[in-house]
Amino acid sequence: MQVQSMHFKARSGQKLADVRLQQNLKVLSQRWTVGRTNAIAELDDFEATRDEAVERRNRALANLDVWLERFEAQATARGATVLWAETPEDASKLVVEIARRHEVAKVTKSKSMVSEEMALNRHLEAAGVKVVETDLGEYILQINDNEPPSHIVAPVVHKSKDEVSDLFARVHKRPRLTDIPQMTREAREFLRPQFLSSDMGVSGGNFLIAETGSVAVFTNEGNEGMCTVLPPKVHVVVTGIEKVIPALEDLATMARLLPRSATGQSISNYFSILTGPRAPGEQDGPEHMYFVLVDGGRSGLLGGEFQDMLRCIRCGACMNHCPVYQKIGGHTYGWVYPGPMGSVLTPSYVGLEKTLDLPQAATLCGECHVVCPMKIPLPDLLRKLRERQFERGLRPWRERLGMAAWAFAARRPAIYRPLARIGARVLGWMGGDAHRISSLPGGSGWSLYRDMPSPSGPTFKERWAKQGRRTTPR
Amino acid sequence: MRVGLFITCLVDVMRPEIAEATVRLLESAGCAVEVPMAQTCCGQPGYNSGDTAAASDLARKFLMEFEGFDYVVVPSGSCGGMVRQHYPALFADDPDLRTRIDALAQKTFELTAFLHDVIGLAALPGNFAGEVTYHDSCSGLRELGVQAQPRALLALNPSIRLTEMKEARACCGFGGTFAIKYGDISSAIVDEKIGHIHASGAPCVVLGDLGCMLNIEGRLRRTGDNTTRVLHIAQVLAGTAADAPLPSATQEAR
Repeated sequence: MQVQSMHFKARSGQKLADVRLQQNLKVLSQRWTVGRTNAIAELDDFEATRDEAVERRNRALANLDVWLERFEAQATARGATVLWAETPEDASKLVVEIARRHEVAKVTKSKSMVSEEMALNRHLEAAGVKVVETDLGEYILQINDNEPPSHIVAPVVHKSKDEVSDLFARVHKRPRLTDIPQMTREAREFLRPQFLSSDMGVSGGNFLIAETGSVAVFTNEGNEGMCTVLPPKVHVVVTGIEKVIPALEDLATMARLLPRSATGQSISNYFSILTGPRAPGEQDGPEHMYFVLVDGGRSGLLGGEFQDMLRCIRCGACMNHCPVYQKIGGHTYGWVYPGPMGSVLTPSYVGLEKTLDLPQAATLCGECHVVCPMKIPLPDLLRKLRERQFERGLRPWRERLGMAAWAFAARRPAIYRPLARIGARVLGWMGGDAHRISSLPGGSGWSLYRDMPSPSGPTFKERWAKQGRRTTPR
Repeated sequence: MRVGLFITCLVDVMRPEIAEATVRLLESAGCAVEVPMAQTCCGQPGYNSGDTAAASDLARKFLMEFEGFDYVVVPSGSCGGMVRQHYPALFADDPDLRTRIDALAQKTFELTAFLHDVIGLAALPGNFAGEVTYHDSCSGLRELGVQAQPRALLALNPSIRLTEMKEARACCGFGGTFAIKYGDISSAIVDEKIGHIHASGAPCVVLGDLGCMLNIEGRLRRTGDNTTRVLHIAQVLAGTAADAPLPSATQEAR
């Protein structure tokens, strides 16, 4: 996917002014946060489960190469083919080659964010293969002129029901429906023939299980089964190399946390563990099964300051609870992954230069860290990205100058104290009788939207000294 | 008990009366309060902007000024969080300094945590009457676990009626330099907070951090609310702020 993160500021302004989006986001954030709270309350000991999950993910990442090789050996032994891709483009090329080899005319796809990294649909279509998204949300986006997803779990969450009603009526050329079950039925009518005439199914993978060479997929619509098991000759799993876990036992722990953190469900409606192609005597399954495992920058995070990020299981809790995401939605972030996890991943995967706003556009309120089932210290990681921006001089000169002046004065009390005294007076004078400043020179980012309450008088240190109170001079 | 007061740069310049209220509370609890006059800033603006060199220098400076006290008290959750949570991380590779920084971090407290958890304050030194709602500032809440303490302290005064707002734990949108760099997003977030404050019906919002205070008050005034008061918890506990207006009076004014 093309990186659009450099347009963050312009886009966030548009999104803030979009009344309908603001309403949609408000409904969504309410629903997700309440849902998660209720769902984790069902667990006897959420915190202990979470600690255990963190430990299991850390164990997998500590020997990632070992588990990936184990996975490859097991999957191969069960008849699947495991292919490795260093870049998302390489991964797309591999999938196109697979499609060519099996003379595929049509691909049905279940939801996969990694395929968004790969811009897979574009590559397949360029090779003359028709691609049909079958996750309802992704389907809606595809028929709306290939709009990008705005959320990693609920890709179409930025749209209201009314907008989808209009879209269906226009594209399906049927009478406009407003009842969600009826609309879903209509989508199903359009999708069913696509499943039946598909040559190849592409799915993502929530976890790869090294012990058995299997992929685990959590979905809510059943479309994944239609893509992977029903008629297609070929099933291709595309996912990131960090998704491997050692054993089925690890999966059990993840399964307790993922749907609860993501959608507030105890378990997703469908939960598949797929192992190898159809074996002789078996009734279902594809004739050929491939795994395309994508690095795409992941190995670069191993062993470094950002390794914790690789624990991410893509539940979306961080964005659901993020005060910034709740106001600007996912498209503003400009790449595949929005919200706090995206603001760490996008600079890491596509480069800090193209994503200057992402680490900065966070209040560091810490709620993402609180709700993350994998305890990823997202605020700390955002701060580390800010350090890298600072070290590489990637911040605007005015900001650097301001920070340098602050740092110079704050280190030198003999300069700082008179400056504070003067500052209190100047700001006090600017505030006038109303004690508020409505226009701050050089601080319009503040004063365009808020007054600045002005100081209430001389500084505390002046008052303290005047009272002859006890000081500790040093 | 010798207590060093870290005023915080924003309180010193913008709201010195909060530091005075803090002193009143500490002295009423029997503390001998001292103010190191060379103190400036805890370094958080640099730390959050990626300038770890400046942040480390200021952490060292803070250490020199405050490590001799029995306790260090800060009327701010975010500056307290900086010292307790982030200073140790800055000296991960310097074992000698790290030991001293850890000791400093352990005896540095956000004001309400100190009064409640360390002192066990049983009576407030001043009076304040009226209905208030409480906003949990992010760093105090999530870095220091300050949530029950301010509420327990408010409850010591039967003339204070605390009415919880919805989403009291939600960020007000300040975020330090975020509020200036992304003023439009920031003000959209604070509008949510203001909606909850208004919906609570309380004529006064109480909080523990200057950043949130300036942000919420600044937005309230800009949007034409000249009556809802924004007070620091120290002012309310010390009784140095005038009583909150009666709810009915504010509603008319609004």
